[in-house]
Amino acid sequence: MMSAVPVYWFLMLSAVLFALGVAGFLFRRNIITVFMSIELMLNAVNLSFVTFSYQLKQVNGHLFTFFVMVVAAAEAAVGLAIILTVFKNRSTLNIDEVNSLKN
Amino acid sequence: MPGNFATASDVIRFLPEIILAVMGTLLMILDPLLHRRSSNAFGHLSILALAGALGGAIYAYLNGGPAFGGMLMVDGFATFFGVLVIVAGILTILPSYRFLARQGAETSEYHALLLFSVAGQCLMVAANDLIMVFIGLEISSISSYILAGYLREDKRANEASLKYFLLGSFATAFFLYGVALIYGSTGTINLAGVNVVLSGPGAPSLVFVGVAAALMFVGLGFKVSAAPFQVWTPDVYQGAPTPISAFLSAGPKAAAFAVFLRIFTTAFAPIGHGWEPLVWASALLSMTIGNFAALQQSNIKRMLAYSSIAHAGYVLVALTARSEVGTAAAMFYLAAYAFMNIGAFAVVSHLSGKGERYQNIEDFSGLAQKQPLAAAMFSIFLLSLIGVPLTGGFFGKFYIFKAALESHLVWLTVLGLLNSAVAAYYYLRILVMMYMREPAEATEAVEPLSPGLRLALIVPAIGTLFLGIFPNWVLDFAGKSSVLLK
Amino acid sequence: MPTSYTELYFPVLVQALIAMGLAGGLLTASYILGKRVRNRVKDMPYESGIVPTGDARQRFSVKFYLVAMLFILFDIEAIFLYPWVVVYRELKMFAFVEMLVFVILILSGFFYMWKKGALDWSGTDLSRRRR
Repeated sequence: MMSAVPVYWFLMLSAVLFALGVAGFLFRRNIITVFMSIELMLNAVNLSFVTFSYQLKQVNGHLFTFFVMVVAAAEAAVGLAIILTVFKNRSTLNIDEVNSLKN
Repeated sequence: MPGNFATASDVIRFLPEIILAVMGTLLMILDPLLHRRSSNAFGHLSILALAGALGGAIYAYLNGGPAFGGMLMVDGFATFFGVLVIVAGILTILPSYRFLARQGAETSEYHALLLFSVAGQCLMVAANDLIMVFIGLEISSISSYILAGYLREDKRANEASLKYFLLGSFATAFFLYGVALIYGSTGTINLAGVNVVLSGPGAPSLVFVGVAAALMFVGLGFKVSAAPFQVWTPDVYQGAPTPISAFLSAGPKAAAFAVFLRIFTTAFAPIGHGWEPLVWASALLSMTIGNFAALQQSNIKRMLAYSSIAHAGYVLVALTARSEVGTAAAMFYLAAYAFMNIGAFAVVSHLSGKGERYQNIEDFSGLAQKQPLAAAMFSIFLLSLIGVPLTGGFFGKFYIFKAALESHLVWLTVLGLLNSAVAAYYYLRILVMMYMREPAEATEAVEPLSPGLRLALIVPAIGTLFLGIFPNWVLDFAGKSSVLLK
Repeated sequence: MPTSYTELYFPVLVQALIAMGLAGGLLTASYILGKRVRNRVKDMPYESGIVPTGDARQRFSVKFYLVAMLFILFDIEAIFLYPWVVVYRELKMFAFVEMLVFVILILSGFFYMWKKGALDWSGTDLSRRRR
């Protein structure tokens, strides 16, 4: 399998996905979408890990993705719970309307 | 990766984390079993757990060295910060007794999450491997996200929690991407290994590693609330339950700085000239934004949050120095800062009343007449935050700027000192309120000091004064540990 | 032997083109050749006679969120079993003890959520879930 897709294509894809996540985080207004953007970023990183692991012929990178996935799941559980309480208290999921903390 | 087997010495070096995790899990299981609300028992248990972890940390230090095939490194540096975050945990629980009782929200989850968070921080400070850092960071952060929103019915706490969660995970993703790039370019995630690859022949291109370092800088910058990544800090500190704000400003921050110092002075030491300007700018920006924004705050928790940004700036000055003296100064400063800031927040928590109504600086007027002890302790913390001699804050700043001068950072030192002068104004304003005004609504309504709170005020005050009068003891240890770092 | 990845992936390209062509062609063919009837019955989701009962977009009880979340957590924890299985024979007792610790931790989490009433489906005992 020498002549497979070059490694940097995967890295480019990962970078693009990560950038999409960042853009989604910055420009989307729905909290759930913002949260999904973060998950996208984490998964983009996972893709990088797997690619590097393949390139370096090491098994480490694959293991890191396991840890990242578990952490992402824990984060998702906590995050959704937080989003739910916010929705219960304010009945909105627009991030611009969650702004009661000021001087 | 060799050495997969856990030997007895591995377990000993991992003792504080084990104790905290087991006790945290136990607390969680106990909660549904105990039908009677016995919040004090939970508090006592978690203090017991933290005391056990403290003993474990010291025992681990006496049997120090690498653990789990070099994934952890129990050295003076790790122990210093480990003890610091554990003490911060204890000092958070002390004012929590009264605080939780007042809000009618006593559960074991609060304590369990706090223990998990401290366990994560212990893991962070001992981690010698980027994935371990990441896992520790996440254990600590995820628990803190929940703790920030612990008062579920409180709109402000919800919002704080949401913002902390979104920006925190955003930052983590950046950090993780940096880790991935380091792994790809050097083929290792061991900090010493990265150092070897970067300083050896055939080092990967600086652009690639530079991007990785920058991404990790962004991630850690968020966690230590350094400018320009500080936007979440005021909102979170204001909205979170006050003891938790105190905790966030001490524990997770100190642990994140420990990681910052360890990664940037070991793994990234060979590219130090590359990241120095970045940290330089961030230090200056943090100090300036923090201090000038704090001037305009009327809410005390918000003011302390901006002051915490400014203090992060001072610690970054020490990091910019890129020397062992600088690392030791940062360690000393973080210890002093943990004491004075937790103490200050404990006073705020004492005064805030049910539903945290009283959070304004005006609410402190006349506190000295009503409760001289609380006012006196608060004065010690504020004077230390200003950096008046005989307090820990003074020597902290002194050592930091000394280290900066030794590394020829003259401009940064001058601007930092000017900043400290500005900072004096907003701290002194509270002193004036407490001692020169007549008691107002909040101070009239203030309840007597509970035993827990009394301890929560006196212990940090003693710590602050001790560091101010006998700084050498801690500084010597920090100095020795910062040498061990490489 | 293919010499570059472009050659290697050429069959994939061909297959993708055929798939798209077939789908597009069939749709176009039915559009051109088919007879168009539009009335209320024809536009119903089940033309064959089942009467629709309401909107497909329904709001679900928030209880499902809890179940879904717990499922995800326990599901994801299981991925650690895969690498464990691979090295189990080499590490023997050590791997066994490690997995025992892991499973005990998971079980204590399970016990906690059980006792907290998160598995209670009846919905009558919601108060137990609150603190």
